[in-house]
Amino acid sequence: MDLIKAKNLIFDYIRRDKDGEVDGVTRAVNNVNLSVKQGDFIAILGHNGSGKSTFAKHINSILHPTEGTIYVDGKDTRDEQYLWDIRQTAGMVFQNPDNQIIGTVVEEDVGFGPENMGVPTKEIWERVYESLNIVGMYEYRKKSPNKLSGGQKQRVSIAGVLAMHPKCIILDEPTAMLDPVGRKEVIRAVRALNDVEKITVILITHYMEEAIYADRIYVMDKGSIVLEGEPHEVFEQVDRLEQLSLSVPEATKMAHELRRKGVPLKEGIISEDELVSELMKIL
Amino acid sequence: MIREITIGQYYPADSVIHRLDPRVKIVATLIFIISLFMFDSFIGYAIVVAFLAMCILLSKVPFSYMVKGLKAIFMILMLTVVINMLMTPGEPMVSFYKLTITKEGFRQAIFMALRLILLIIGSSVMTLTTTPNNLTDAMESLLKPLKRFKAPVHEIAMMMSIALSFIPILIEETDKIMKAQMARGADFENKNLIKRVKSYVPILVPLFISAFRRAGDLAMAMEARCYHGGDGRTKMKSLKYQRTDYVAYAISVLYIVAVVVVSRVFKV
Repeated sequence: MDLIKAKNLIFDYIRRDKDGEVDGVTRAVNNVNLSVKQGDFIAILGHNGSGKSTFAKHINSILHPTEGTIYVDGKDTRDEQYLWDIRQTAGMVFQNPDNQIIGTVVEEDVGFGPENMGVPTKEIWERVYESLNIVGMYEYRKKSPNKLSGGQKQRVSIAGVLAMHPKCIILDEPTAMLDPVGRKEVIRAVRALNDVEKITVILITHYMEEAIYADRIYVMDKGSIVLEGEPHEVFEQVDRLEQLSLSVPEATKMAHELRRKGVPLKEGIISEDELVSELMKIL
Repeated sequence: MIREITIGQYYPADSVIHRLDPRVKIVATLIFIISLFMFDSFIGYAIVVAFLAMCILLSKVPFSYMVKGLKAIFMILMLTVVINMLMTPGEPMVSFYKLTITKEGFRQAIFMALRLILLIIGSSVMTLTTTPNNLTDAMESLLKPLKRFKAPVHEIAMMMSIALSFIPILIEETDKIMKAQMARGADFENKNLIKRVKSYVPILVPLFISAFRRAGDLAMAMEARCYHGGDGRTKMKSLKYQRTDYVAYAISVLYIVAVVVVSRVFKV
């Protein structure tokens, strides 16, 4: 069974004027069909305003579809009685690390989710330590989150979701506000979640380099999915991606340019190592 | 300068005071505050200062850290001193123009200032040694009887703890906005008080907007982590009184008795 299944999902943002009259309608998500299997690593790419974050908020039942349906673990997100089940199944990490940390000590923050779920005290502590270990923040458990770097804060946020034992984690542009070092830390933690813990990951981002580890990539534009496939299939379409104002990884771009100039490189090179080894073969 | 406000911030350390049950700390702080208004003599101050000094020493929080908290209330402090000095009737000591400082006024002003300083330092011992989450839990537990009257005890406590933990973030934000405005020629150092106050308006507006945005984001993040009020919630750190906590209660009670008795007996 698919863990997440979106069927003809449509979401309209309705703008209202002062009197509450409908002023205009923006279709943020337009007819999206998508399914994610347990254990998958999915990346959703798109530039600002492409509807990727709006879509992500549907998975966690923060927003409800205007039309169409989305099932999480077989449950309709609109069904009030499953609300807390769904939020526990599909945990969400947001963009700004400062605005999602509730505790004043790292371990207290990680325990917030389990506390809300009514997990017994002893088990909360086990979960907190286990999650902090997974993201490599165990040594910082007694620190104040304000004293951590952006990347560390974001790893704490991930641990906070992990402690709820979700089947799936949605990361809504978790690296958008981080420096390159922080970005690497977070992506490494995210990959560990998928590889080691076998948790389904849905990574929303506009950095293509972060998507190369995904099993499948969806590219969104104006609320619709315009491209989908495995990373190398998607990255082959350099011109199309640039048209969508997404920046293609340097290695892919280089390979693309070389191929255009007549160098017989294969299609779908996504990492630097791959490019180097392909070039070595030719030379 | 603005980063130096330490009220409501937690100072991590491993001390007896840190380990005390937060309920004890809240009750003891209340007792301490009440005790400040129970005497009117120098010997009373001696006891209060000695008690506070003992607490600070035990807490392992550097004294300078607590004094920093005073800077924020410096203006209020000066105002209290001046008003008390000039407004208390009694035997004149110094007079200039139409203003007279009386002997009683002088004494009153000193006492008032000391009280305020002790009050701030005393309550910052509590906030510096207790995490806001712990404080919240303690408040919730102490106010539990009010639940019978349908008071939203958990919600109030939660709001308080979030407000406290957002202080440093908002201070940082203010700093950033100020620097951005300064870069564009804003003048926060004008000698003219009215002009200076006016120059703070363009800081408040963006600060409020961003605070609301943060509040919205935080509410969403909390809901995403299954927050739905106090019902059916378990505690990560359940509060349990230890032996030291009972000792601390006993010391607090002894302390207030001492203050009352001593200041009644010795009228110095």
